[in-house]
Amino acid sequence: MSIAAARITFDKVSVRFDTPAGGYMHVVDDVSYQIHDREFVSVIGPSGCGKTTMMNIVAGFMKPSSGTVMLDGKPISGPGSDRGVIFQEYGVFPWLSVKDNIAFGLNLRANRASPKEREEICQRYMRLMGLEDFADAWPRMLSGGMRQRLALARAYAVKPQFLLMDEPFGALDAQTRTAMQDLLLEVLSAEGKTVMLITHSVEEAVYLSNRIIVMTARPTRIREIIDVPFPYPRTADLHERKEFGELRAHVRHLVMQEYAQQSKQKQS
Amino acid sequence: MRRAALIIAPWLAMLASWYGIRYSGFINPALVPTPHEVAARSVELMGSRLPMDIFMSTRRVFLGVLCGIALAVPVGFILGWYKTIRTFIDPLINFFRALPPIALIPLVIVYFGVDELAKIVILFYASFFAGVIVMYEGISQISPIYVRVARTLGASDGEIFRKVIIPLAVPHMLTALRVALGVAWATLVASELIAAQQGLGALIQNAGSFFQLDIIYVGIICIGFIALFMDLGLRAIARRFVSWQERIA
Ligand SMILES: Nc1ncnc2c1ncn2[C@@H]1O[C@H](COP(=O)(O)OP(=O)(O)OP(=O)(O)O)[C@@H](O)[C@H]1O
Ligand SMILES: [Mg+2]
Repeated sequence: MSIAAARITFDKVSVRFDTPAGGYMHVVDDVSYQIHDREFVSVIGPSGCGKTTMMNIVAGFMKPSSGTVMLDGKPISGPGSDRGVIFQEYGVFPWLSVKDNIAFGLNLRANRASPKEREEICQRYMRLMGLEDFADAWPRMLSGGMRQRLALARAYAVKPQFLLMDEPFGALDAQTRTAMQDLLLEVLSAEGKTVMLITHSVEEAVYLSNRIIVMTARPTRIREIIDVPFPYPRTADLHERKEFGELRAHVRHLVMQEYAQQSKQKQS
Repeated sequence: MRRAALIIAPWLAMLASWYGIRYSGFINPALVPTPHEVAARSVELMGSRLPMDIFMSTRRVFLGVLCGIALAVPVGFILGWYKTIRTFIDPLINFFRALPPIALIPLVIVYFGVDELAKIVILFYASFFAGVIVMYEGISQISPIYVRVARTLGASDGEIFRKVIIPLAVPHMLTALRVALGVAWATLVASELIAAQQGLGALIQNAGSFFQLDIIYVGIICIGFIALFMDLGLRAIARRFVSWQERIA
């Protein structure tokens, strides 16, 4: 990796949840890694291993049971608009129009913009996300892909330095998903961000990331961290390249092993 | 045009079956006044006591529901938002909700006398418990994701309350209000059992003791129509306020 500064640091992080039975469940086990400035890191691993849990810690929604997670060397005290979060369920505000959704963050005290600025930012992201014609529409009128784009526009509007995405494209059909991936790369090349993406798609992880962190079954540890050497900008023809296929096969193999491990644990 | 016909059709059908029953010969005609008799009687009453009855009843319902909802909204909100509180208060609410207001009338008379206040207390009771349940069921179903999203966009606690929770609570408030109004009209006659001289409930009861069936019908129809129009008005308001929702229940 380059000598770029570490922005997100996991230092010996463990998470245990209390169970109703009075015991506890060990979810994250002594995990350490760093995500560097402007890096795109994907986290992949068996379902229920603790990926969302790790992201919730970075987002500031919870604290680890032991160890620390730091942002630019400082422990995280809570959620903030420096970290844009894209939830799997989108969380688009149904009571606000498309434009007011994008403007939501800009009307808060934490990052208030002047009306003129606000208008400019809204217009820019509506254009970028292809939502211009829906400025005054209610979210219920939008398709899944459009809601996803709206969530992205709303997060972008407050200029976060980090983008935390939890299976953002999981609910989309294959075509929309590919289009959203390319849109994401495009937006990122215009305004660089440090990205942590959780995904179940090996294809997606290899296509988008600088590095891929493969997690083991619960209690989750790091199985392997894989560098993805392809330069940006990346385009769809990358999928056809031999090296791409090899890397994808390698990652898939690791993930399959962990799934197998998980089902073995369940049986025993 | 079509729409108007569809709206009127069931009313005409009801009117027709009313006449049908009256003239079927199966029922003693003295027990069922004809619609036109009832209409004539209501015109006659309109010139005497009916406007005052309507006014008094509407005022009681209005005040009872206003007080009931004013309390039901914050209480329902707290119960809906704080799950731990709900666990303890829920049985209590269901205990009181199960008590029919009529059963409480003797107690209300003892504690509040037989004046206006007593009637409003009954209506308050009925509308509070109807409203509080609608409110807390609604609030407890609000997805926490919106609060989380707002936090990641930099919202403070106050901003989350004003810009996320209030907009999500408004539709439930309006539904609670509608349900409470319905229940209050349904309870009206019971509340006017308490020595009322005026009011639609009083009208019906007086008529009952003199076997004036047509007046009973006038009273019942009045209650039905006033409740219907209030609900329509409230729905119109709801549509303006929560047009973002798929449909207004
Ligand atoms: N607040 C909580 N309290 C108790 N247990 C929890 C809590 N949050 C998560 N868990 C448990 O921790 C484990 C990991 O959950 P997490 O949501 O992080 O998994 P995940 O890797 O994101 O899975 P998926 O890929 O299916 O989304 C799960 O077994 C889950 O049941
Ligand atoms: Mg998850």
